[in-house]
Amino acid sequence: MYKYDSYDQEMVDARVEEFRDQARRRLEGSLSEDEFKPLRLMNGLYLQLHAYMLRVAIPYGTLNSEQMTALGDIADKYDRGYGHFTTRQNLQYNWIKLEDTADILADLAKVEMHAIQTSGNCIRNISSDHFAGAAHDELVDPRPYAELMRQWSSFHPEFTYLPRKFKICVIASEKDRAAMRLHDIGVQIVKNEAGELGARFYAGGGMGRTPMIAPMIRDFVPLDQLITYAEACLRVYNRYGRRDNKYKARIKILVHELGRDEYVRQVEEEFAHMLEQGVEPPREELERIKPFFADPAFEDGPKTLDRSDPDFALWVDRNTNRHKHDSYVSAVISLKPVGGIPGDATGDQMRLMARLAKQYSFDELRIMHTQNVVLPHVKISDLHALWTELEAAGLGSPNMDSIEDMIACPGLDYCALANARSIPLAQRISERFNASGKTEKLGELKLKISGCINACGHHHAGHIGILGVDKKGLENYQLSLGGSEAEDTSLAKITGPGFTEDGVIEAVDKVTDVYLAEREGEERFLDTYRRIGMAPFKEALYG
Amino acid sequence: MDNALGTSPDDVQFRFRDDEVADHAAVTVDACCDQTNATAVRIEPGDDARVLLPFLDRLALVEINFPSFGDGRGYSSARILREAGFTGELRAVGDVGVDQLSHMRRCGFDAFAPDKPLNEEDAARAFAMWENVYQRAVDGRRTIPQIRHGDRA
Amino acid sequence: MRVLTGNDLKTGDVIWWTGEGWSRHVDDAVDAGDSAEQILATEEAALRVNVPYVIEATREDDGSVRPAHIKDRIRALGPTVRQDLTLKPKDPEAIDWVI
Repeated sequence: MYKYDSYDQEMVDARVEEFRDQARRRLEGSLSEDEFKPLRLMNGLYLQLHAYMLRVAIPYGTLNSEQMTALGDIADKYDRGYGHFTTRQNLQYNWIKLEDTADILADLAKVEMHAIQTSGNCIRNISSDHFAGAAHDELVDPRPYAELMRQWSSFHPEFTYLPRKFKICVIASEKDRAAMRLHDIGVQIVKNEAGELGARFYAGGGMGRTPMIAPMIRDFVPLDQLITYAEACLRVYNRYGRRDNKYKARIKILVHELGRDEYVRQVEEEFAHMLEQGVEPPREELERIKPFFADPAFEDGPKTLDRSDPDFALWVDRNTNRHKHDSYVSAVISLKPVGGIPGDATGDQMRLMARLAKQYSFDELRIMHTQNVVLPHVKISDLHALWTELEAAGLGSPNMDSIEDMIACPGLDYCALANARSIPLAQRISERFNASGKTEKLGELKLKISGCINACGHHHAGHIGILGVDKKGLENYQLSLGGSEAEDTSLAKITGPGFTEDGVIEAVDKVTDVYLAEREGEERFLDTYRRIGMAPFKEALYG
Repeated sequence: MDNALGTSPDDVQFRFRDDEVADHAAVTVDACCDQTNATAVRIEPGDDARVLLPFLDRLALVEINFPSFGDGRGYSSARILREAGFTGELRAVGDVGVDQLSHMRRCGFDAFAPDKPLNEEDAARAFAMWENVYQRAVDGRRTIPQIRHGDRA
Repeated sequence: MRVLTGNDLKTGDVIWWTGEGWSRHVDDAVDAGDSAEQILATEEAALRVNVPYVIEATREDDGSVRPAHIKDRIRALGPTVRQDLTLKPKDPEAIDWVI
């Protein structure tokens, strides 16, 4: 994976000192909270319900053992012994003190990490496929392109005060494991007819209160114009994105209001101009970055395993993904134990995962947008030993992509923006479906829970989505069906009137009953819904 | 002049130019396009900086107003003017704080007239903030990728 | 009653106005009445509280203070899903009080 050189390190170190100075000015009172807020947000520091919250960037979801260990150590030293992995492949600490923050950033900088641009109206941490560099179906590893864009977007002088936050995703396979078309800009690395690699751009996707699927805006940008084209996309947005209403300020509204074609026309005009400005990094830069992501030294080994232990076999079936080398798999470490808090991991668990990565996965880990952790390169012959250790640590739940593997935002238990709690719902649903054995029968079923309209829990993209709302001071939950964040991207539709907490859990049970009764062949919940439509589900819920 | 506006030379706290401070009343972008003798203009966030491109030769001063520091349109306006070859004074005015200075410099501003005068020490540190930079902008600095590859770009 | 709350600037802790200073315990909160806004302005300017605001609350018969909105009850106690991290880690009824 990528290693900082002295220039990268110097940027991050400079940022720590800049923040230390900003925090000092705030604590002395020379910066007001209004002035300080955008500055602290650009370093990932929020003021949440109970304390400050610090969001640490994990660029394109990739980290090494030393970094994961440092994250665990920070959880113990400065927080209350745990952290929360997010749908942006980042990590959040919930109990941070402003007076400690610069020291935490300094500890992060020692292991080439930071919290730069993890919030604020700027280009956020760039996300990618969690199986990048390991998946059997990718064209190339997308991460060198993501790293090139990470550097370009870090402290970009023109794009630090955008109308609103800006999220970029880079993938390189037809299968979309990163919700690419639900980003402000989605980039897919593709090959043209001449066999050359290039970037296909999508723009104007997103969730929030007005969910939209990004339309394609250019089917092929030559790789030596990648940054230039992105720069053009951003400049048009910076100049013309709405600033009169924060709920209409994302690029999706600009693309929608201008129309895709007019946005494209403006971008192309700016692109032509930018090409003359020479903003593209030298070609050699991408070539410098690529070797950092070269394959580790894979060895041939056994391609089959002893499946005599049914618990182990189930975990292998559920939680491993086919690798490009047939003696390896990518193994998913579930952070969704039954009744647990989705995405939370203790300092001890982080250090354990770090050690396992060192031992079994060439020192590498990935964070998934589904709030789990991946060991990308595990020898098939090591799987049983790995699973045994995970089981012992409570990290062996065999539930990837099942209803128990739900996404849930922190909700009203932690978040100042939330209207309702998300975590208790997640806990109760996983307990109920696990106890009844229904999880197994349902197969792939993506449940996503958000505690407010901002949709951090991706409810619009859930096969089943739940949105928490405030109904006259009481928590209330809207149910929606039919969303997908994958390559068959779709937005979920609301079933009808909302439910209480107990009511929505019953409702999830009912809609899964409809599926089990109606499904044909190998259909997933989503497939059945798409075939039979909303009516039978509505009938079961409200009829 | 009816539509005179803008800052006076006395309001300029930081300046990175050796020429005489332009002491002209600025006019709006609309007025600038109509008047053939205007030599100073003030750009508001909603103005299209590109309408000024035909008049750059006669402009000694362009003020770009930041009514609120969080509105970043002025950064694009500044860069667009420099990309088009504007060499006169580019003055950031309004809600300009210490923490915006380094990026503004990179986007081509060479004079600063903040509403609230800034602490000189904090500002000096801010201007010197980045020893090196990742992106090509309009300040002529070699970027980190260029340095890494022997400045061949 | 009108209760004042905010966060400690340095630590981020949730704090409540006691009439003389700030406490982490909501039961120490007092009715700030008509002087609420005045107190907030003074206290915020003196950096003794960050992002303060006024909420509605009721004083219960046992003397405890109950914020009207669930969000402030969660702030007063802590996360309902981690009782070990709340201000009342051993009180089995604490979570019920929030809901």
